[in-house]
Amino acid sequence: MEKEKTKNPNQGSILSTILTNRYSSLTLAVVFALVFTSLLVWIMKVNPLKVFDVILTGAFGSVDAVTQVLQAWVPLVLASLGLMFTFTAGLWNIGVEGQIEMGAIFAYGVIRIFDGTETSAALVIILSILAGIAGGAIWAFLVGLLKNFGGVNEIFGGLGFNFIADAVMLFLVYGPWKPEGVANGSTKMLAAKYWLPQLEGSYLSLWALGIAIAGLIIVAVILQGTYFGLKLKAVGKNNKSSFLLGIPTNRYMLMSFILCGVFAGLTGALQVTGFNHVLRNNISGGYGYIGLMVGMLANIQPLITAPIAFVFIAISKGAASLGIDLRLDSNLAGVIQGALVIFVLVMDGVRKHIIRRNRGVQNG
Amino acid sequence: MDVEVRNIHKTFGKVHANNDISLEVKSGEVQGILGENGAGKSTLMKILSGFISSDSGSILLDGKEVNIASPADSVRLGIGMLHQDPLDFPPFKVIDNLILGSREGTLPDRKKVRKEFLELTKQFNFSISPDTYIETLSVGERQQLEIIRLLWLGADVLILDEPTTGISSTQKQQLFSMVRKLSEQGKVILFVSHKLEEVMSLCTQVAVFRQGQNVGEMRPPYDSDKLVEMMFGKSLARSDKKCCAQEQVNIEVKDLQIDDIRSPINNVNFSIQKGEVIGLAGMEGSGQGLILRALAGIIRPTGGNIWLHEENDKKDFVGKHYFDFKNSGISFLPAARLEEGLIAGLDLKEHFTLAEKQTSFFVDAKGVQQLTEKRISEFNIKGTSESKIESLSGGNQQRAELALLRQPLRLLLLDHPTRGLDIESTLYIWGKLKQRCAEGASIIFISADLDEISLYSDRILVFFGGKVSKPLDASQVTVDQLGQLIGGKGWE
Repeated sequence: MEKEKTKNPNQGSILSTILTNRYSSLTLAVVFALVFTSLLVWIMKVNPLKVFDVILTGAFGSVDAVTQVLQAWVPLVLASLGLMFTFTAGLWNIGVEGQIEMGAIFAYGVIRIFDGTETSAALVIILSILAGIAGGAIWAFLVGLLKNFGGVNEIFGGLGFNFIADAVMLFLVYGPWKPEGVANGSTKMLAAKYWLPQLEGSYLSLWALGIAIAGLIIVAVILQGTYFGLKLKAVGKNNKSSFLLGIPTNRYMLMSFILCGVFAGLTGALQVTGFNHVLRNNISGGYGYIGLMVGMLANIQPLITAPIAFVFIAISKGAASLGIDLRLDSNLAGVIQGALVIFVLVMDGVRKHIIRRNRGVQNG
Repeated sequence: MDVEVRNIHKTFGKVHANNDISLEVKSGEVQGILGENGAGKSTLMKILSGFISSDSGSILLDGKEVNIASPADSVRLGIGMLHQDPLDFPPFKVIDNLILGSREGTLPDRKKVRKEFLELTKQFNFSISPDTYIETLSVGERQQLEIIRLLWLGADVLILDEPTTGISSTQKQQLFSMVRKLSEQGKVILFVSHKLEEVMSLCTQVAVFRQGQNVGEMRPPYDSDKLVEMMFGKSLARSDKKCCAQEQVNIEVKDLQIDDIRSPINNVNFSIQKGEVIGLAGMEGSGQGLILRALAGIIRPTGGNIWLHEENDKKDFVGKHYFDFKNSGISFLPAARLEEGLIAGLDLKEHFTLAEKQTSFFVDAKGVQQLTEKRISEFNIKGTSESKIESLSGGNQQRAELALLRQPLRLLLLDHPTRGLDIESTLYIWGKLKQRCAEGASIIFISADLDEISLYSDRILVFFGGKVSKPLDASQVTVDQLGQLIGGKGWE
């Protein structure tokens, strides 16, 4: 009632228009994130413009740099796509990191089994990718089971399974799968015939790139054009209402975990056959965690993950040379990414708040 | 004091909330102001009481034009408003609450205030100690206290904004006798309501507001059909009562027993015929909700049977899954629509897609669009297929819920189907429900509104303290009898 007396000073002003428009608000968030990181860099007595210059050159300065960005874009976009399923169902699948590792372990395991046999290499690669998918899916399914039947929150369950996946990985690479003589946290290199074909002179595999693009389309169609996608969205928005409407909510939540695991496992498998060609500790490369950030920003719109993942990867790759050129830690990339996520979310919150307040004033 | 408003205009954005409203009330009148939600009643009252100011127009008290710029102004001029939710301070004592709103100085004369308060309460047979804490009082008592406070502040004009929402029928009677007494004393009462019966029984004259305008005034004897027509711009037919009950038994409940920490119930026995409507009456939480949810298959009874009758056969459904209940045509519409019925964040089209049986893997966007548009017009929902469900008004959300129900239905379970809805929506919803009954569906519903229960039910079950009455024939019980049973009187 008091609100009606005093006119809202912001309503109709330029500021309110900028803050409530989706795109200008997003632009503002990016600007804030850049200003924030500039300040940090400035405190460290480095010219911020130089930093951004180094990052841009590092990411796009040469053909080689661009192919590296594309190569790294593949696992990030795949992990983010998997997370679209769990985000849609309203779940936080922190366990994606472990699911990627499990995918890598299974994929490597299959190649190990067939190594030295007569089986055609193409078939082995296919089998290894399928095994990776299965590994990720199983690991995610376990988290889902714990959530549904054990009442364990998926965040804690996922975290727990990440540690277990780490332990399994360490056991394998320092134990039964370690190369003869050395124990450096890595298996021996795969025979070249088990590598996904790469572009001449680069690490980029067009096969992997194709799989990622196909994944984008498939996930977009499933989530936005099918009953399954719609039901999953309903479950994520309101579990109770969905159940009363006749949706078996537990089954749908489990399915979202499994599908996320499928993509995470695929990510892991491609890391093995498409890029690293070994199984090693940290093979997941943190793509699961960065994928969670990408997923948050994409706000359950699968196609949007592509550009966001691209920007994130460009920042990471570009920042790699910060240490050499400016004596800054390349972890600055993480700071920029984190700042982006926080400012985008904050500005989105501000936008929604202002819209709600303006609407409230109109309705009295 | 005579009150007059002339040519009041008030707009909120694009909405013309008060469009050239004029009204004259003489001393001693009880002026009813009738209109559905959003008709502009509250806006005018807020202008009179200084909470908002009008864009143009004038207010005259005893023929003299006054300027009301704040609530304090209106109190000083002798206008007091009783808000829908009492504006008091629950942690305070009655007397402190009184002093707080007065113009007593920094050192109030408590003795004097106490004496004046007691005199006023005596005058209205109102027995509350000035040292009681407000939070221990019921809503009805707090209302009466608020009226006394306004009188003590010197109010000659009392505005009562929907005062009967949320108070018991006894308290309503007390309130009404208080109002009559005040009018005898020459005070002006402005009684704002959307409840026809109350306005007709209490007011000495009635003005009807529709879409921000004063569309007509009436003095007794009132013609209720005419009033309804003025309120809505068209006449609304109430649905027939005993329209559709058939001989055939639909569902039989035998010795049903439900465990609950708060109010376990047992020995529930009744059967419902096809097309029949059974109303469940009782204080909130007396077990009606449990029965409803048990019949829907959402909670599992600890004993007894729920028989679903077929032609020559009956099946016990106790222990079956909710989806089995749902698939045999039993639907449940909860009271908290956005918590367990509709899905905030999804639009109407998505809701209709979800409610239909899935026939393919991909959503047939075109077919769903057509279906949605058909349902929107069929159920008169004010919204488009892309409207997010939470952006609709309560009445439209309820219509959407009804539109989501599948065909055919065996049993419809409704928890407060018309809570918070205006008359038009209420009548509309019951019209649609009775249509379902005519098609053979049975209805069991909970309502806190006894008029609604006795008006629409064929039979009534009363709940009190874990006990359930035998089915009562709705045509044989009066609302008063029901009230007694709900309050725990008249049980064997």
